[in-house]
Amino acid sequence: MVERRPLLQAAAHLVLILGVLIVAFPVWLAIVASTHPQEAFQTGLIPVWPGSHAVENYSAMLGQGLSNLGAPPLGGMLWNSLVMALVIACGKIAISITSAFAIVYFRFRFRMLAFWCIFITLMLPVEVRILPTFKVAADLRMLNSYAGLTIPLIASATATFLFRQVFLTIPDELMEAARIDGAGPMRFFTDILIPLSRTNIAALFVILFIYGWNQYLWPLLITTDEGYYTIVAGIKRMAEAVDAIPVWNYVMAAAVLAMLPPVAVVILMQRVFVKGLIETEK
Amino acid sequence: MATIALQDLGKTYAGGAPAVSGVSLDIADGEFVVLVGPSGCGKSTLLRMIAGLETITTGQVRIGSRVVNDLEPAERDIAMVFQNYALYPHMTVRQNLAYGLKNRRMAGAEIDRRVAEAAAILEIAPYLDRKPRQLSGGQRQRVAMGRAIVREPAAFLFDEPLSNLDAKLRVTMRGEIRQLQRRLGTTSVYVTHDQVEAMTLADRLVVLNKGRVEQIGAPLEVYRQPATVFVAGFIGAPAMNLLNAAREGGAVVLGGQALAVAAPPGAGPVVLGLRAEDLHPASPGTPGALDLAVTHVEELGAQRLVHGHVAGQPLVAAVTADLALADRLALGLNPRAAHLFDATSGRRLA
Ligand SMILES: Nc1ncnc2c1ncn2[C@@H]1O[C@H](COP(=O)(O)OP(=O)(O)OP(=O)(O)O)[C@@H](O)[C@H]1O
Ligand SMILES: [Mg+2]
Repeated sequence: MVERRPLLQAAAHLVLILGVLIVAFPVWLAIVASTHPQEAFQTGLIPVWPGSHAVENYSAMLGQGLSNLGAPPLGGMLWNSLVMALVIACGKIAISITSAFAIVYFRFRFRMLAFWCIFITLMLPVEVRILPTFKVAADLRMLNSYAGLTIPLIASATATFLFRQVFLTIPDELMEAARIDGAGPMRFFTDILIPLSRTNIAALFVILFIYGWNQYLWPLLITTDEGYYTIVAGIKRMAEAVDAIPVWNYVMAAAVLAMLPPVAVVILMQRVFVKGLIETEK
Repeated sequence: MATIALQDLGKTYAGGAPAVSGVSLDIADGEFVVLVGPSGCGKSTLLRMIAGLETITTGQVRIGSRVVNDLEPAERDIAMVFQNYALYPHMTVRQNLAYGLKNRRMAGAEIDRRVAEAAAILEIAPYLDRKPRQLSGGQRQRVAMGRAIVREPAAFLFDEPLSNLDAKLRVTMRGEIRQLQRRLGTTSVYVTHDQVEAMTLADRLVVLNKGRVEQIGAPLEVYRQPATVFVAGFIGAPAMNLLNAAREGGAVVLGGQALAVAAPPGAGPVVLGLRAEDLHPASPGTPGALDLAVTHVEELGAQRLVHGHVAGQPLVAAVTADLALADRLALGLNPRAAHLFDATSGRRLA
């Protein structure tokens, strides 16, 4: 597509701008809402332009929180979410890259069976197996703990499959050259495979970090102690306040704060991320 | 430096016909042996069994005094150069060269010395800090060779190392490989399907066909005395003319005409092999001359190849470029240059 017709270009821009507006408008509303006092919402209309209460709202949320509505100060919840997202992302990558390594480079009995078992779990996301998983977690005394928040979510068929595809594109000759060069399997893994999948690891990290950060149902189930609340579940608790008017300015302030870490990760890793998705040269 | 001995070596892949069978070969210390044959004949399989990258189904491989059947490639003290170079893409040239030495826990100073030496020999010193993707095909090939020579192994194994290069560079690199091998005196086994490459490089040729050895010998010996019809047709360019003929009363008969070629006693069908360059124009009507019905001519500059038929069978003759050509060409042949093979077994007769 190297068309250079002005009309076509204008149309293309129009579509893109519309797309951006559609995506960005709710975010804009959230930011605006977080800068108004509580009374601004009593008319039932949402303001479209920023107000003057930004400092109060944000400092209230970070400082005291809304304890009566199940939302302790945001700092702790942000921290919990961060721990959870990081452990899930790193854990998923570590486990899936080693299992892909085993499946691609080792010939053992029931290798394909193992692969298909992993593959089938793609059909069983957390939401589907949530009751049995909860039971197991409860029996193992993992309720209200970081272990409970993260371990049940770490196994990942998707990431295993992705790394398998990456490894399959690495020529066999490279493995043979390494064997002749005296590199055993583990050294081949650390010296050759990991550096060669660096960009894929980075791309996957971004995706998995956001996946972990956005977890909602599982933390809601497994945590009853405020000390382990995560931010996404916390927002939900605030917004669904029983017998009270939702304090939209506070909820939106929390939502905006909750958006920041994933945005930061995307911005910081954007270059490697895009490279990881499109790179083919091996 | 070491000898390599293959004893009745065979390989059968799971669920397949034998890829290599009954190969026995003794390679002397410092010798350059070329395995040559058509695609799929088992050259790579044989080489990879020596390297230890492929398990051995039957037989034995010895390198030096050790039987290496059960040793890992790294323990066999060999180095291999691959067709696609197989350089580590994320490492610099220097790191590529040093990797095998580092894994063997060699001292840093010694590694540096060997890398510098190899870089000087191969003239890759200016690229030591580049990544492989920043090099041309020829430079990558040199780096791959460098990775082999820094190891100072007992033997070099090459699997079609030049087939990704353009024709001109291939000729240059061919010469360099040969010189380098002479200089280092390292025993080498080289796989190629290109018979010109095989002829120019080898101390000894091993011609393979369908997993079996057809002939082992010095290049000229194989060229002059091909042991089988297959070798006759494979070695030499243009390919040797192979004509179905018969022997009757001590002479070779082609299309009812007795040729001036002596045949060993016996009767029955034979294959007559004649190289294009051994045929020369004769005056029409010369007894025993071949009568070629010309179909077309290929100009090669110094000579031209005349294609045509004799007694209904295709034949190519190489003649000088100034010869005037008509529809028919009488060709004389040097009786000594004729090769005779048994039509059923394909083996050379005398
Ligand atoms: N991993 C394998 N599994 C099964 N059969 C194989 C395998 N590798 C090679 N073969 C078979 O073994 C035979 C010899 O293969 P090999 O690769 O040694 O041929 P080659 O002489 O090197 O050919 P080329 O010149 O095309 O590289 C072929 O018929 C091939 O199909
Ligand atoms: Mg091959």
